[in-house]
Amino acid sequence: MVLSATESPPATIPHRLSMKGITKRFPGVLANDNVSFDVRPGEVHALLGENGAGKTTLMNILYGIYQADSGSMSINGKPVQFRSPKDAMREGIGLVAQHFHLARRHSVAENIGLGLGGTHFFYPVRALETQIKTLGETYGLAVDPKAKVWQLSPGEQQRVEILKALIQGAKILILDEPTSVLTPQEAESLFAVLRRMRAEGEAVIFISHKLDEVMEIADRITVLRKGAVVTSMDKAEASPELLAQHMMGKAVAPLRPKTKPPVAKNVLELKNVSVKNKRGMNALKSVSFELHHGEILGVAGVAGNGQAELIEILTGLHQPNEGQIMLDGKDITSLNAKGLFEAGVAHIPEDRNHMGVVPSMTVSENLVLRQYRYPPFVQMGLLNWAKVNSFAQSSIKDYQIATPSRDTLTRLLSGGNVQKVILARELSGEPRLVVAAHPTYGLDVSATALTHDLLLKQRERGAGVLLVSEDLDELLKLADRILVLFAGELMGVVDAATTSRETIGLLMVGRRAAA
Amino acid sequence: MELDLILNTIARALAFSTPLLWAALGEIYAERSGVVNLGVEGMMVMGAVVGFMVGQATGIPYLALLVAALVGALMGLAHAFFSITLNANQFVSGLALTIFGLGLSGLLGRSYVGQPLQVPMKSVTVPFLSDIPLLGQALFTDQKLLTYAGLIVALLLYFVLNYTRWGMTLRSVGESPRAADTAGIPVNRVRYIAVAFGGLLAGVAGAYLSLAYRPSWGEGMTNGMGWIALALTIFALWDPLRAIGASFLFGAFFYLSFTKLQTVIAPELLTMMPYIMTIVALTVIALGQGKRAFGAPEALGLPYHRGER
Amino acid sequence: MSFLGYRLEPRAKPPGYVVFLYSFAAVLIALIITGFIFIAFGLNPFSAYATVIQKTLLSWRGFSQVLLKTVPLLLTGVGLVLAFRAQFWNIGAEGQILAGAAAAAGVALFMPLPPFLGIPAMFLAGFIAGGIWGFLPALLKVRLGVNEIITTLMMNYIMLYIVRWLINGPWKGKNVRGFSESDKFDASFVLPLFKGTRLNWPTLLIALLFVLFIFFLLARMKLGFEIRMMGESPEAAHYAGVNFLTTTILLVLLSAGAAGLAGVGEVAGIHKKLLEPTSISQGFGYTAIIVALLARGNPLATLATALLLGWVFASGDVMKVSLRLPDQMSGVINGLLLLCIIGIEPLLRYRIVRVNGAKLGEREASSGT
Repeated sequence: MVLSATESPPATIPHRLSMKGITKRFPGVLANDNVSFDVRPGEVHALLGENGAGKTTLMNILYGIYQADSGSMSINGKPVQFRSPKDAMREGIGLVAQHFHLARRHSVAENIGLGLGGTHFFYPVRALETQIKTLGETYGLAVDPKAKVWQLSPGEQQRVEILKALIQGAKILILDEPTSVLTPQEAESLFAVLRRMRAEGEAVIFISHKLDEVMEIADRITVLRKGAVVTSMDKAEASPELLAQHMMGKAVAPLRPKTKPPVAKNVLELKNVSVKNKRGMNALKSVSFELHHGEILGVAGVAGNGQAELIEILTGLHQPNEGQIMLDGKDITSLNAKGLFEAGVAHIPEDRNHMGVVPSMTVSENLVLRQYRYPPFVQMGLLNWAKVNSFAQSSIKDYQIATPSRDTLTRLLSGGNVQKVILARELSGEPRLVVAAHPTYGLDVSATALTHDLLLKQRERGAGVLLVSEDLDELLKLADRILVLFAGELMGVVDAATTSRETIGLLMVGRRAAA
Repeated sequence: MELDLILNTIARALAFSTPLLWAALGEIYAERSGVVNLGVEGMMVMGAVVGFMVGQATGIPYLALLVAALVGALMGLAHAFFSITLNANQFVSGLALTIFGLGLSGLLGRSYVGQPLQVPMKSVTVPFLSDIPLLGQALFTDQKLLTYAGLIVALLLYFVLNYTRWGMTLRSVGESPRAADTAGIPVNRVRYIAVAFGGLLAGVAGAYLSLAYRPSWGEGMTNGMGWIALALTIFALWDPLRAIGASFLFGAFFYLSFTKLQTVIAPELLTMMPYIMTIVALTVIALGQGKRAFGAPEALGLPYHRGER
Repeated sequence: MSFLGYRLEPRAKPPGYVVFLYSFAAVLIALIITGFIFIAFGLNPFSAYATVIQKTLLSWRGFSQVLLKTVPLLLTGVGLVLAFRAQFWNIGAEGQILAGAAAAAGVALFMPLPPFLGIPAMFLAGFIAGGIWGFLPALLKVRLGVNEIITTLMMNYIMLYIVRWLINGPWKGKNVRGFSESDKFDASFVLPLFKGTRLNWPTLLIALLFVLFIFFLLARMKLGFEIRMMGESPEAAHYAGVNFLTTTILLVLLSAGAAGLAGVGEVAGIHKKLLEPTSISQGFGYTAIIVALLARGNPLATLATALLLGWVFASGDVMKVSLRLPDQMSGVINGLLLLCIIGIEPLLRYRIVRVNGAKLGEREASSGT
């Protein structure tokens, strides 16, 4: 490369990439609002923000997957316009997506050689194998070119993606949440690779919502919130506390007064619960906590730190590998989804359109999706549609579900109304425990307010509510206590009334001592 | 006497395995690109009838073979059109082509039933190799050219699939169409070509029956061989080289059902072996840890749409 | 993309009349193409169709022939509707029909039963045998994720050879000389016919009752609700606590059992013996797939679609006898019908809209989400 190996290049060097005033609108969402962003050669520029802050949209525009509604881009000072990823690749942009685009039964070399021009007809990847080895040595990306991809760990597969981009001639490398699939050790070696690339004069865009790794690897940091740039600063000026503040914004809504204190009686108790995820890694590590009647217990944490697995074991979609779960003093550890529903556990699932409802069924049918097998909705194996319909009619009224009729297909409803259908169904049986996973994600203001109100009502009624959310404001507003998960471990439980966002923010990145 | 039976079985199994091998090789290529073709039986039977018609009209069996192959390819293109372009269910589309092909071949060949072919494909005896004791008699005497061609084509297809850029491209669209697409490979075009090629070989397989193996036309003369070829594709674990051995094995079962082994084992039980073995193979693959290494192409049966990122 | 100022736009669910009109158009196109085949054979397509209609629809005798073919298609087709609703692609109805036929023959030939029990016992045995033949693929699918399309297909041929083995071996009749078939059933194992026809009423009655039962099952029963959930959103079905193993096995027992009942009707009503499998079922198991696809998941609609395909079969016989056409005509028409039906599928998923310049850009931009 033109640039010699310097740690941090002076600001006078021309930008490798410059994006100016990028705006992208999706139906109902302003995904990118007048975003400007640039990268210099020999620099790791972190793009920081919560889920839904607009990071991925911005990078998809850069990679030619989406086209911006307005704004401009230039590379090395030359204006460019990308209609497809091919255009972007030609200009030296490489993307390592969160989900790898690899043929798992192909060898490493075959995956890299697939789209490459100039390979030989016979034994097309033989020459490539040595090139992969050399390049791997240069950057510390050691991987056996003859290995099949399915034999590789996620970390190694990521190396293949990076090598692929480099061999295709990428000069600007985008890494989208690259550490989300890595073990801490693998993440460390990825950072070593990025440092070498920086030294070689490559430009790296590092997308993340993890503060500590951004502080570790980035030269510059741009923070996005709700589609807009909040700030852009050098690492020297940044601190985790400052970044957390920028990322999450300031609390605006006042705390809602709660009329009753929680009852000092456990509705739910977890004793040393451990869960392995699909890859056999420990997703929850010996987690113990209690949830009281009449209490909302918030679960905070960056996505992918064990929240999903916690929800699965509490709703019977997955059984824990170790430990015990008690509901009102009874052992429910081995119950399945049906058993837990019968035991009085309501589940408001995260993926409301795929799991929470059957989109091709009517509103009526979805309102009894879990109750259909119990009286009064069923009698001697027969569904009593009259009962179902009257239940549906009253649910539609009580929960203000905006639907043309109870026989309308649920897929025709807006997201807020789908969520109301789920809430009406799950809360109708007066559950003892409500497990709510990201219940307001993607909802508009009024549906969010209604959801909050319903959860508080369950609390008043004496039910225990486990509220998993990435929205810290929501947790602070609703929860009595907040539990923080990091890398499958319980970092701590704090009192929502007395804690600060900074305390929680640090627990979320795994810093117990700082609190 | 026993030795004679064994040698004879080998020779006849080889002759009978030929159409299975040709059809299975085509299906292997189609399935390696991600498309299941349940129309093999229909394409074979159309190849058989058209081959016979052209052969009878011109007296040039290799011209007939060519036309039969083209008819197979044309039906393959139809399958690709329905299942890829129109996005119809692959299985239904293939089944429709089989039903249609069986019916249409009956219509076309009605007046040819019972006629012997004027100029059938000649049998060949391989010089020198046929002099090898025992094996020479079994494998290299009085076989059809297409039998040997099938073996050579299998080797060739194995090589192309594993060691050339075309093969790599073909496999990639069957394993991960998205990875192929992001690498700039026209996924659907590759699938069209693979399915048409599969039909082409099915046409050859059918023509072998009516021009060489039993130089005549009889209604439904493929007699379920297309389905055996489908089973063979799975049993050979989608590998052209293994298809040689598997087709020979299935051919042997079929031949043995005509021999005096009948007195020991019912012939029907031998004929159904390929189907049983295929179900067992599928079960073993699913039970075992070898799914990654030996299982079906990962995108088999799944249509690819670019929009779904 | 637009063409001559019009473009295709995806639509959620086509209204019922559109589905009907398009399906009707598909059938019409297949029949028009068949008309060209008539011309190729030197026939006037109009008078050919007139002959066919006169001989199949305008006399009770002719129409009873249509019904004769409709009954197995109806039973098998409605069973497939149930399976397809659960996204279980049962291609094995042909084998399940044969399994039912073989079981009925076993009862008729070897079970000494009082006369009034003979017929019920045959239907029961046929239902169970058909169900068993569907059980293995169902188990392999739910437990091991083995593709049921391939396994049910293979099972067809295994049963075909089992029946061939039976009629050539252990069950070969004592009085049939060179033929490969069983002895004739005793009179108490032969289904009663409508007067002057070859049509038996017990199977027709069972078919009609079964259609009503499947309709009722899907509309009113707990099991039906679970089947629909499983087919339409497996993830939501897991969430709702549906037991996939028992539900799948139950629905496949019903689906395959229905095909088994059809097999009983064929051997006990028409042939009165077990014989060559391709004569027992003339591809009813495959044609029933068309019946089910045309019915688009509606069990009551199979009443119409089975009748249509039954008519095609009966017409094939008329074409053979009266028009001297080869007997593969019904196969050709079946294939054409199936191809036309899947050919219109994209038209149902999209609708043609006039391009509105101002709105076009917006739509394309939003399609990226």
